Amino acid sequence: MNALARHRALSRIWSSQPGWRGVISTVNHSDIGRMFLLVATLFFLIGGVLAMLIRTQLATPHSAFVAPAIYDQIFTMHGTVMMFLFAIPLLEGAAVYLLPKLLGTRDLAYPRLSAYGFWCYVFGGLMLVFALLAGLAPDSGWFMYPPLSSSAHSPGVNADFWLIGVTFVEVSAIAAAVEICVSILKFRAPGMSLDLMPIFAWYALVTALMILMGFPPLILGSILLELERAFGFPFFESALGGSPLLWQHLFWLFGHPEVYIIFLPAAGVISTVLPVMARTTLLGYRWVVAAAVALAFLSFGLWVHHMFATGIPHMGLAFFSAASTLVAVPTGIQIFAWLGTLWKGWPRLTLPMLYIIGFFFTFVIGGLTGVMVAIVPFDWQAHDTAFITAHLHYVLFGGFVFPMLAGLYYWLPQLTGRKRFFRIGEMAFWLIFLGFNGAFLAMHWVGLLGQRRRIAWYPEDAGWTAINLFSSISSFVMAIGVAMVVFDIALHALLAIQGSRNPWDAGTLEWAMPTPPAPYNFASIPIVRSREPLAADPAIGDQIARGEYFLGEPRGDLRETLTVDAASGRPEALVIFPGNSTLPITLAAATGAAFLAALIRAYWIVPLALLLVVGLSLRWGWSQDAAAYPGLQNVGRATLLPQAIETDRSPGWWGSVFLLVADTVLFGSLFFGYAFLWTVGPNWPPPQWLSLSVLELALGLIGAAVEVIGIRLAGRAVSRSSPSSHGTLLALAGAAMTMAALAMALTRAGQLTDYAYGATIFVMIAYAFIHAAIAAIMICSLAYRTLRGGASCPRTSNVNIVRLWTDYAAFVAATSLIATQFSSYLT
Amino acid sequence: MLTGSAAIFALVMLLLLIAYRRTPAPHQSERRQERFWLYGLGLAFPLVTLAALLIYGLVLGETLLPKANENVVTVRAEARQWSWSFGYADAAGRTQCVLHIPAGRPVEVEITSLDVVHSFWAPRLAGKLDAIPGQVNVLRIEAAAPGEYHGVGAEFSGPGYSGDAFTVIAHDPASWAAFLGRAKE
Ligand code: HEM
Ligand SMILES: [Cu+2]
Repeated sequence: MNALARHRALSRIWSSQPGWRGVISTVNHSDIGRMFLLVATLFFLIGGVLAMLIRTQLATPHSAFVAPAIYDQIFTMHGTVMMFLFAIPLLEGAAVYLLPKLLGTRDLAYPRLSAYGFWCYVFGGLMLVFALLAGLAPDSGWFMYPPLSSSAHSPGVNADFWLIGVTFVEVSAIAAAVEICVSILKFRAPGMSLDLMPIFAWYALVTALMILMGFPPLILGSILLELERAFGFPFFESALGGSPLLWQHLFWLFGHPEVYIIFLPAAGVISTVLPVMARTTLLGYRWVVAAAVALAFLSFGLWVHHMFATGIPHMGLAFFSAASTLVAVPTGIQIFAWLGTLWKGWPRLTLPMLYIIGFFFTFVIGGLTGVMVAIVPFDWQAHDTAFITAHLHYVLFGGFVFPMLAGLYYWLPQLTGRKRFFRIGEMAFWLIFLGFNGAFLAMHWVGLLGQRRRIAWYPEDAGWTAINLFSSISSFVMAIGVAMVVFDIALHALLAIQGSRNPWDAGTLEWAMPTPPAPYNFASIPIVRSREPLAADPAIGDQIARGEYFLGEPRGDLRETLTVDAASGRPEALVIFPGNSTLPITLAAATGAAFLAALIRAYWIVPLALLLVVGLSLRWGWSQDAAAYPGLQNVGRATLLPQAIETDRSPGWWGSVFLLVADTVLFGSLFFGYAFLWTVGPNWPPPQWLSLSVLELALGLIGAAVEVIGIRLAGRAVSRSSPSSHGTLLALAGAAMTMAALAMALTRAGQLTDYAYGATIFVMIAYAFIHAAIAAIMICSLAYRTLRGGASCPRTSNVNIVRLWTDYAAFVAATSLIATQFSSYLT
Repeated sequence: MLTGSAAIFALVMLLLLIAYRRTPAPHQSERRQERFWLYGLGLAFPLVTLAALLIYGLVLGETLLPKANENVVTVRAEARQWSWSFGYADAAGRTQCVLHIPAGRPVEVEITSLDVVHSFWAPRLAGKLDAIPGQVNVLRIEAAAPGEYHGVGAEFSGPGYSGDAFTVIAHDPASWAAFLGRAKE
C-alpha cells in the first residue's frame, strides 16, 4: 500500500459524516476540539460585549445607561461567561485538539466522551444565554454569596439558572478532565516515556487533575444551595444552624484553584511556543514540570485569602497569607525559566512572540499586585474595590488571553494549512495591548481612591470621573483590537494561500503531519525517542506517512490505536475506537432534560430523564465491547499485542479511577461541610440528634462487606471462565442490603427544613444511597451479560470496573452510616 | 511595597529586552544556565523577597491588632439592605446611617447583619470587616482627629448597593459627652 492509498483508506475509516449530520455525530478529537474552540470564542465575544456594557455604564457618574437591577445581571453574567463558558472550555478545546497530535496518537481515550462533554457544554451554555436574553440572568455576582442568592433575597429563577446551568457545564469539564488524564497517561506514541512528553502535556495533565479536585466542591455547593432554594434545606441559614460562610469556603475551595486551572494551560502554551521562537529548547524542563506540580498543590491551600475580611481568626490569617505569598515561588521559577530560554537561544520577534511579550508585561504586574493583596492589611483596604478587578484582569487577561492568542497565531498554520498573509494581527496586538493596559491600570488607581467593585453608579463629587472615562475609552480601543483579530482569522481561514508544513521549524509531532491535519492524524504511529522527535529526525513525517511504524496497515473499517505503559511508554495494547455516533448528543440531551426539569421545578420529569440517562449509559458501555478480537493482534513491526478490553485494566477502568477521584473529593467536601457546621456553624447543636439504630448499622455494614466479597468471587469466576454466577448474586444481595439500610436511615433524618443538621445528614445518606444504586445497576448488568453468555459474556476488565464502583459504594455507605449514627455520642 | 514591585517589574522587562539585544553566547553549558536562572533567580530571589515582605506584613498586622485598652468604647453596627443602624454601649437608643464615636480613643465596632452579607468600611479609619448574619465580627477603629468620615457597605448586597453609605462623626471629648447625654434622655 503506498502513502496515498493508505491516506485514502484511513480517511474513509476516520472521517465524520458530511454536513450537519457530521456535526452531531462526530467523535473525532480534531472536530470536537475545533467545535470547542469555536463555541468558546463565541462566548468570549458575548462576554466581551457585556464588558463593554459595564464600561459604558461606568464611563460617567450617575449613569442612567441601565438600571442597577439590569446592571447586576450584566456584571454577574460577564464574570460567569468568561470563567465558565469561555476560559475553561477554551482550554479544554485546545487540549482536545492538540494532545493526540503532540502525543503521537490518533485520538483521545474516549472519543464519545469528548463529544458528550461538548454537547453538555453547549446545552448548559444555551440555558445561560437564554436567561440573559430573557432578562432572567443571575444577578448576585459571579460568586453568588448566600443569603443574597437564597430564595428570600433572590426569589426569581435567576439564581437557579446559575446553579443549574453552571453545574451542567461543569459536567463537561469533569468529562474532559477524565479524558485528558487517561489520554496523557495511556494514549501516547510508543517510546514516549513521561520524561519525553511534550511540556504542554505535562501542563494539561496537572490542569486536568486540578479540575478533578477543584470542581467537586463547587458542584456540591451548587447542589446544596439549589436544595436550599427549592426545598428550604437551611444549609446556609444561620438562624437554623447553617452558615453563609460554608458557601464561601466551598466556592473558594473551587475558585482559587480555578485561577490556576486557567493559567496553567496558558503557561503550557508559552513553554511550547517560546522555545521555538527562540530557536532552542526549554531551559530546565524538569524544573518547569516541578513548578507546575507545586503550583497545583499550593493552590489548594490558599482559598481563605478570598475571605480575609470575613472575621477569620488571627492565626488563620497569618497562615493563609504566608501560603499565598509562597505561590509566587513556582510562578517565579517558570518566569525565569522562560527568560533563561530566551537568553539561551536566539529569539525572533514574530506575532506569537509579540503576544508572549504582552503576557510578560501584564502577568508580572498582575502577579505583583497579587502578592500585595496576599498581605492582609493591604487586602483589608483593597478588597472589593476596583483594584481587585484590575488585579484579576491582569492575571486572567494577561495570563490567559495573551498566551492563548500567542497559541492561536502559532498553531493557526497547523489548523488551516495556510500561510499568514494579511498583516492585521500586529496592529490588533498593539490596540489590545495598549487598550488593555490603559483600561485596567486606571482601574487600579480608581480602586485605591476607594471605588468599590460592582457599583452601578458613583457620585460626581467622588473625583473618579476622568479616570473612569479614560478606562472606558481604553477598553473600547481594546475591543476594536479583538474585533480585528476575529476579522484577521476569518480572512486567513477563507482566503490565505497554502502554506508549508512546518513554518516555525518546531520539533514536536503535530508538525510532522500534512496540514490541515487528516482525521486520523498519523498514518502510522511513530516511535518516539526524544522530546522533539521532528527536530531529531526531520524525515519522521515521511516515514509515518509511508506506514513504517505501528498500525500502518488499515484493517477493515476499524479505528485503531495503541496504549502504552503509563511511565515508560512501552506499547501495551491495541485499542479499537467506536465510530461516529449520535449517542453522545442524545445522552447529553437526556442529561440536559434532567437539569432543565429541575430548573423549571417539574420534579416528576427528573427521575424519568435520569432513567433515560441510565439506559443510554448502559447501551454505551455494552457497545464499547462490540468490536472484540480475542487473542494477540499484529500491530505492525512484528509486534503482537492484546486488545485493551481483553486486558485486566481497560481504558474504562482507568477512566473510572479518575472519575472516582472527583467523586471522592465531592464526598470529602460534604464531610467538610458537616464538620464545618458542627464546629463553627452558628446555633449548634441541633434540637434533636439522629439516634443510633443498630439494625441500620448492622444491615449496612454487613451488606457492604457482602457486596465487596461477592464482586471478588464474581471476578474469580470470570477469570476461570466458569459459568457460575454465585458471586454476582452475592454482590447484588449485599448492594440491596446497604440500599435498604440507607433507605431506613433516610426516612429518619427528620424535619429537613427545620435545621441544617437533619438536612446535612440527609444529603450524606442520600449520596451513599445513590452510589449503592449505581453499584447495584452495574452488578445487574454484569449478571444479565453472564446469563446471556456468548459474545456478551463479561470479561475480567468489565468485572474490574464494577469492582471499583462496588468498593467505593461500600466505602461511602459504611462511612456515612457511621458518621451519622454516632453523632449524638460525639458531643 | 510599590517601589519593590516596580523594581522587580523593571528587572523582568530588562531581562526580556536584553534577550533581544544581545548576541547569543555560543554554547554555554546548560547546567550553568540552570544554576543562574533557576536556583538563583527562580528560587532564591523570590524566597528572600517574599520572606521580607511577609515579615513586614505580619508585623504591620500586629500593630493593627486590638490591644487591651481601658479606654475603649464599644459600639454596634447592624447592616441591612440598604442602611446601617448603630447602637452604643454607653447610651440607649440607635442612630441611623450616622455612627458617633469619640476622637482619639479606640473604638470597637461589633458588626453584624440582619439579612445578606455586607461589609463595614470606613476607608480612612480602618480596613473592611464583613457583616455576616448570625455572626458578630469586631473591628477596632480610631479617628485621630474630630470630624466627619465617609463609610460604605463594601460587599455587593443587591440593587441598592451603590448607594449604601454611612457617615462616621468623631467628636472631641466635650461634644462626645454631649452626645451621650443627649442620647440618655
Ligand atoms: C474583554 C475585555 C474585558 C473587559 C473590558 C472586562 C471588564 C470588566 C469590568 C469593568 C469588570 C468589573 C465590574 C465591576 O465589578 O465593577 C469585570 C469583572 C469581571 N471580569 Fe472582566 N473584562 C474583560 C475580560 C475578562 C476576562 C477574559 C475574564 C476571565 C477569563 C474576565 C473575568 C471577570 C470576572 C470574574 C469579573 C468579576 C465579576 C463579578 O464581580 O461578579 N473578564 N470585567
Ligand atoms: Cu485566590
